[in-house]
Amino acid sequence: MSDITPSQTVGPFFAYGLSPKGRCQWDPNGTYSWKETVGDNLVTPDAAGEKIRIEGCITDGDGMPINDAMIEIWQADAQGRYASPRDDRARPNTQFKGFGRSATDKNGVYSFDTIKPGAVPGPNGQQQAPHIVVCIYSRGMLRQVYTRLYFEGEAANNADPILKLVPAERRGTLIAHKESRGGQALFRFDIRVQGEGETVFFDI
Amino acid sequence: MTLIFPRESLSVFPKHLSPDYRSTVKRSPSKPLILVPQTLSELTGPVYGHNAVQEGDNDLTKQHKGEPLGERIIVHGHVLDEDRRPVPDTLVEIWQANACGRYVHIVDQHPAPLDPNFTGAGRTVSDKNGYYRFVTVKPGAYPWGNHHNAWRPNHIHFSVFGHSFLSRLVTQMYFPGDPLFPFDPIFNSVTDEKARRRMVSIFDLDNTIPDWALCFRFDIVLRGREATPQDTDKH
Repeated sequence: MSDITPSQTVGPFFAYGLSPKGRCQWDPNGTYSWKETVGDNLVTPDAAGEKIRIEGCITDGDGMPINDAMIEIWQADAQGRYASPRDDRARPNTQFKGFGRSATDKNGVYSFDTIKPGAVPGPNGQQQAPHIVVCIYSRGMLRQVYTRLYFEGEAANNADPILKLVPAERRGTLIAHKESRGGQALFRFDIRVQGEGETVFFDI
Repeated sequence: MTLIFPRESLSVFPKHLSPDYRSTVKRSPSKPLILVPQTLSELTGPVYGHNAVQEGDNDLTKQHKGEPLGERIIVHGHVLDEDRRPVPDTLVEIWQANACGRYVHIVDQHPAPLDPNFTGAGRTVSDKNGYYRFVTVKPGAYPWGNHHNAWRPNHIHFSVFGHSFLSRLVTQMYFPGDPLFPFDPIFNSVTDEKARRRMVSIFDLDNTIPDWALCFRFDIVLRGREATPQDTDKH
């Protein structure tokens, strides 16, 4: 038996600590303002690549929006490199962290402004299609769930070693759909925690 | 040193669906999770160093004009991996109710007073020995709607990063001897008694500061241990 510390739910009230400046209006009067360390805008001045917006709604088993979820994303830069000591490749855009956090608003909507990631190395020398690791926390979730966001229209999706492990009829839940809003590339990625069209979650 | 993140380590985690905690019923995946290899995307993870926190972020009693009401406490401990090696330079974030059991979040409207001198959020970065320390006030118990006469035991929420996105942990720290333990479905969603005990801080008399604050120790053990040659062979 492992002796790690068990997970517990993030609960409904995390926003003022973990996401104090986000779209969740936890403090409409602005009385208890607290600085932000991790936000929903990942774009840094030195980050090369295509600027994109990611937006989606997260819903529960009844199809109701989850208005107290926290979504975290972890991604490579446009050249497919991670800002982590466990990725030892050189990384010229040193300010780009590739990590973001968004608390959902009253409609269950989260959003990120970021850079579209490049393809990254995968198992056994294969390439992984551009993707973002997505981690979800909320009241009613005693532990986080992991999923992945892939991009519509990427030829590399067909050969992606992780997507291949997902039954074909469920792969669509991992593909963000491209829309255009005011000339900016917007990828819509809705997350269904349970039920019809349930998003694929990973055991990793 | 190569770290591995065994899936078996997660066996102590609560099940996604733990019906005694009612909100899990509609918020847990109904289909089996899909087993995938750990790739560079999961084995890496964000790093937030000491520039992510500011002086005083770890003292929740000094964020406003006056001091908050309540029992001043020190909460400290080490962030460790599964080999009990320190996890240095990792971001630790906390949030909690005030001494009356009320959160500043707009959604918490239960009839207990807010404290104008207490937000209840703090953060710090572990030092080279994995050590972290907060000063705060002891959070109160509070009622919630899960079942008739449901009360949460006193707790402080913790968010910790660690070596990779797989070691990421959100948990709650409890206080020793809480009479509400047997009745709390969130605490008891961890079914192994020894594992539950690891969420309970230890009263630390040696580090209690006379005439000033009680101290509680809470060590946090994250997923990740050193690969043995045998593990490496498997790759």
